Amino acid sequence: MQRRHFLQLFLSVAGLALIPARAFAAMWNAAAFQATQSEAALAGLGATNLKTSSLITIVAPDKAENGAVVQIEVTSRVPNTESITILVDKNPTSLIAHFKFSNGADPFVVTRIKMAETSDLQAVIKADNQYFVAKRSVEVLENGCG
Amino acid sequence: MGAAKMAENMRMRAQFKDGVTEVKVLMTHPMETGRRKNDFGDVIPAHFIQLVSASLNGKQVLEAQWGTGISKNPYLTFHLHSAKIGDVIKISWLDNLGKTGEGEVAVTQA
Repeated sequence: MQRRHFLQLFLSVAGLALIPARAFAAMWNAAAFQATQSEAALAGLGATNLKTSSLITIVAPDKAENGAVVQIEVTSRVPNTESITILVDKNPTSLIAHFKFSNGADPFVVTRIKMAETSDLQAVIKADNQYFVAKRSVEVLENGCG
Repeated sequence: MGAAKMAENMRMRAQFKDGVTEVKVLMTHPMETGRRKNDFGDVIPAHFIQLVSASLNGKQVLEAQWGTGISKNPYLTFHLHSAKIGDVIKISWLDNLGKTGEGEVAVTQA
């Protein structure tokens, strides 16, 4: 009986080790991603005292025909930018993505996101333990969150 | 194409130009939010990529957490100023159901 318990414990621990965690140091921040408001999502990520910065550029369409696929590009020229976080204020869950850069990756990303309705898009960056933000409004002609 | 090994669930390209390598990635994934319903009114369960990791010659360069707001068949472009022609870039992802995907590509001259 005891031996069986030991085996079960051993197998479960061994099983956990098999998950490709080697590639994923970061755990998924459930609280931040399940938040329905941008403020709560940012708090979940520890992003506070956001300062507006003109050194962050967001490229996005003024009008998105289809909210299911809106291509956006974010660039930070803030020195020592470590991460870029993308939020859509009016989506059912606001936090879209969090990107962390290292070892020669530039603070730049292009991706395609879903937008439920016309909303502000926020790009929040972390640099030297400070947080900076830029916003941009995108008009959505057809809902894409379905 | 300089792709040594390319998974079916990912297309990648990495091109070097003027010191910067542009990496483009297209993944195949439904990215279901868990809020959509099928024709019978049943909720389609959430199924989306949560973690993405990119490495250059085995060293991590990008680490991402995603929510359900990334579009179906996720697209990603990022830039490296630390890569050379022939270097290997690997991407892997993990979704909320524990499924994984990966791909790799060698850097080529643009």
